[in-house]
Amino acid sequence: MLYAVLSGFVVAALVPWLHWLFRSHIGWVLAVLPASLTVYFASMIPAVSGGEIIFQQWAWFPGMDIHLGFTLDGLSLLFALLISFIGTFVMIYAGGYLKGHPALGRFFVVMLSFMASMLGLVLSDNLIALFVFWELTSITSYLLIGFNHDNEDARKCALQGLFVSVIGGFFLLVGMMLLGIYGGTYSIAELLTDSGDWMSAAPVALIIICVLGGTFTKSAQFPFHFWLPNAMAAPTPVSAYLHSATMVKAGVYLMARLNPAFGEEMLWTLALTGFGAVTMFVGAWLSYTHTDAKKVLAYSTVMALGTLTMLIGIGTHYAMIAFSAFLLGHSLYKGALFMIAGAIDHEAGTKDLSRLGGLRKLMPWTAAAALVAALSLAGVPPLFGFIGKELMLEAALSAGPLQALALTLAVVSAMLTAAIAAVIALKPFYGPRLDTPKKPHEAPLSMLAGPVVLAAVSLLFGLVPGLPETMLVTAAVTAVAGVPLDFYLSLWHGFNLPLLLSAVGLSGGALLFFWWDRSREPLRRLMDRLDRFAPETGYFKALDGIVWLCDWQTRLLQNGKMGNYMIVLVMTTVVVVGYTLAAQHGIRFTLDWQDINFYEMAIVALLMVTAVFATTTRSRLGAVATMGVLGFMVALIFILFSAPDLGITQVLVETLTVILLVLVLFRLPGFARYSTLFEIFRDGFVAVSFGLLMTMLVLATLDARMFEPISSYFIEAAYPEALGRNIVNVILVDFRSLDTLGELFVLGIAALGVYSMLKLRAEKLND
Amino acid sequence: MTDPNKKIMKDNTVILHTAALALLPLQLLFSVFLLLRGHDEPGGGFIAGLVGAGAVVLYLFAHGVDATRRIMRFDPRDLLGIGLFLGTVSAFPALLRGEPFLSAQWWIFDLAGTEIKLSTVLVFDIGVYFAVVGTILTVVVSLTEAEE
Amino acid sequence: METLMAYAIGVLFGCAVYMMLRRSIVKLVIGLIILSNAANLLIFAVSGMTRGAPPLIPEGLQLPEGAVADPLPQALVLTAIVIAFGVLAFSVVLIHRAFEVVETDDLDQMKDTDT
Repeated sequence: MLYAVLSGFVVAALVPWLHWLFRSHIGWVLAVLPASLTVYFASMIPAVSGGEIIFQQWAWFPGMDIHLGFTLDGLSLLFALLISFIGTFVMIYAGGYLKGHPALGRFFVVMLSFMASMLGLVLSDNLIALFVFWELTSITSYLLIGFNHDNEDARKCALQGLFVSVIGGFFLLVGMMLLGIYGGTYSIAELLTDSGDWMSAAPVALIIICVLGGTFTKSAQFPFHFWLPNAMAAPTPVSAYLHSATMVKAGVYLMARLNPAFGEEMLWTLALTGFGAVTMFVGAWLSYTHTDAKKVLAYSTVMALGTLTMLIGIGTHYAMIAFSAFLLGHSLYKGALFMIAGAIDHEAGTKDLSRLGGLRKLMPWTAAAALVAALSLAGVPPLFGFIGKELMLEAALSAGPLQALALTLAVVSAMLTAAIAAVIALKPFYGPRLDTPKKPHEAPLSMLAGPVVLAAVSLLFGLVPGLPETMLVTAAVTAVAGVPLDFYLSLWHGFNLPLLLSAVGLSGGALLFFWWDRSREPLRRLMDRLDRFAPETGYFKALDGIVWLCDWQTRLLQNGKMGNYMIVLVMTTVVVVGYTLAAQHGIRFTLDWQDINFYEMAIVALLMVTAVFATTTRSRLGAVATMGVLGFMVALIFILFSAPDLGITQVLVETLTVILLVLVLFRLPGFARYSTLFEIFRDGFVAVSFGLLMTMLVLATLDARMFEPISSYFIEAAYPEALGRNIVNVILVDFRSLDTLGELFVLGIAALGVYSMLKLRAEKLND
Repeated sequence: MTDPNKKIMKDNTVILHTAALALLPLQLLFSVFLLLRGHDEPGGGFIAGLVGAGAVVLYLFAHGVDATRRIMRFDPRDLLGIGLFLGTVSAFPALLRGEPFLSAQWWIFDLAGTEIKLSTVLVFDIGVYFAVVGTILTVVVSLTEAEE
Repeated sequence: METLMAYAIGVLFGCAVYMMLRRSIVKLVIGLIILSNAANLLIFAVSGMTRGAPPLIPEGLQLPEGAVADPLPQALVLTAIVIAFGVLAFSVVLIHRAFEVVETDDLDQMKDTDT
């Protein structure tokens, strides 16, 4: 399985070369990879539907309990198959849709990386590995939404999607760390098997909120639903793949994955059912109000995601079955519908449903596929979508405390969905022929293959519900519910309440469809008025707020005045180190007079006097001369206290320093006084505090000798091992010679820096 | 001092002029002496390098850049390069003997009754010497050139 | 002696910081010199100061006679002195170049020249 996941990345790396080799046929060539992955995963079906869970693990950071562990159970297999199966057709479709696009290679690189990340996400057993793949899908999604990067809108929408999902990802990471800390492992399988043990001690509510923060943003749940329709700025293959069939379901996947652990928690149930139901309704409603085909489909995807979330929240066995069936059905028809919308846009030049009509004769295959897929969306028998919707309504009937809310919203959403399904299937293809920017004709084979096959599968699964049931749904349901369930899917459940509700939904939908044309104008005005309350407005306000905050703190902290930087640095050091010193050691200023000779005192006094003089003098020459005196005093101290090498070095360097200052400093202006009296007092205060701190530090260090000096080894080994009698020199050139070598290079770089600064100027002068 | 174009170097006396000429070889000799005894007595590459550079700087102040360049024969940057090269090269013999990088290697033999100690450490110290001389002279020479 | 040095080091650090906070760029250089001297003395002082016992091994012996001064901080300070000179040379020339380009020696004025 590792190779299955990594193959996507490997092929992605080869794309530029393949693109050069196969030119415009690259879509067909690349589809081979997802197709073979489909076959690979399909070969696992017998084992998995027999109840087996395939688990493989490779160590990644074993020290941190992070492994590349891959699990294949019913749920992962359902997702993995959807990803690779739909991926196959999306690759072919993209090859046709973006034919001749100069950045086609780049598109496929990101697309394949996305596919690999998505597979990694649904197969990972390790939370951290899952998170890495999760973020990879966010990033690849960002790159794909912003694929037309010279379009400002596309960039903005891409950034919005990235912000929302990355902020969610941050919450998710926190949630996963908490899971790892309290659960004692990052392996999902282990967390789920002994969930009872660790959950009693864990802050479950906090974990749930964090995890939902990640999944709700990723799966576009209300109030984060706004980024998904904006993501439609991406090329249509991307919308079909990422933003309907696969990536947006990652959040749903994770919720389903963790459901066995949290399913009993009240917060989990209520949040998922409530937010899911609201999202379902909001999505269906917004979808009805729009006329842009891709927006309509995007909002209906929001509706579907809400439905799925709600079903996980309801958590009954029926809901689990409905979840798996609805998920499968939705991926099939939504992928098809997006590709159809793209085909219409590609051939007719517009995707505004109110401007399309009468295309049936010109695009017969597209029209047929659209009809089948839309019937599945509306939930009309004998399509697979009908089974999903029936089960969903049945599940909503048992929604516990939120039953009334869930049921009402489910029925209303079913009506709206039926209406938009009709709009999508009928508006562009029937009725009078309307003028379009391009002269439409049937889409090429590459763009037809996907919609036709996916629609056909919808029909096939509806007619033979036993096929998906035994192959996929049973195992998936077992994984979500945590226990094996016995059930069968069928079109006919007898005359019961769900069937009645279904009928109500369809007839209501028919009514809404007839009002569609007339309702455009009033709806538009209503939506304009509601805009102020939309969550997206809040997003923009938050963004502006962040920019303002950064602006403000940059002006405050990064104002370019070196004095301010230094004061902040020095005073922070004084406060932090000073506090620690005072707390650990106490403030003591001691002075040991016995130990000091008369001449030493004189040298130290002269040292201090020269330093103070240098700061107070107004003469530049005086200051430079004082530096010389100060340096020689330091050299004297070195020589008096057993450091002849240091003394000699100090004297020589001091001489050179004075020469350097004479060479350069006297070509600069003299000591200017720019400071106000306030600044002098302020800086004086900072300087005195720092000086006191350093004195305290030295005194404290002298009091406390925590470790034996390590130099005894150097003293003992200097002659026997290194054949040198000058131990300081032996340390420099033998024991620690690598340090010295590094230092030489620093010196060399400084010298070359000086040289180039001066040489560059000389060349400038010559010009 | 207020006139930025005023030249600091050339206003020297005859004494300085002559003294610098006489002192240069002596100081260089002294610097080599410091370098070689550095392993056993105060001295070593750093100190010797500073003395050697000081000698050339004194000459530079007395005679000017052109004269200094003429007697030096090397561009100071080449000295810097030689120093870094010797320092790096001294690291490798240890590898040939399978010891860790930079381990000191010694070759001791008698020459006319005197014990001669050759070692990678000495090569390294000579590298330090040249690097220090090169650094200081690069800075000082380019500064004086920039002024002229 | 170390205790007395503690006060001298404090004075040096204080003076260095005060000079580096001045707006005149020339004073910054003086501050830099004092700062490096202060840092060297700090390392030297905290490792203990010994009179008249340089870390040298007399001819004919394998070990120094009696206790000697700690050689390790001396090696550190020795390199620090030379490095400080290199850094000083670099910063002095940099300051000189900056002054030539922006024609002011006021650090607060310099901040506006790169916008």
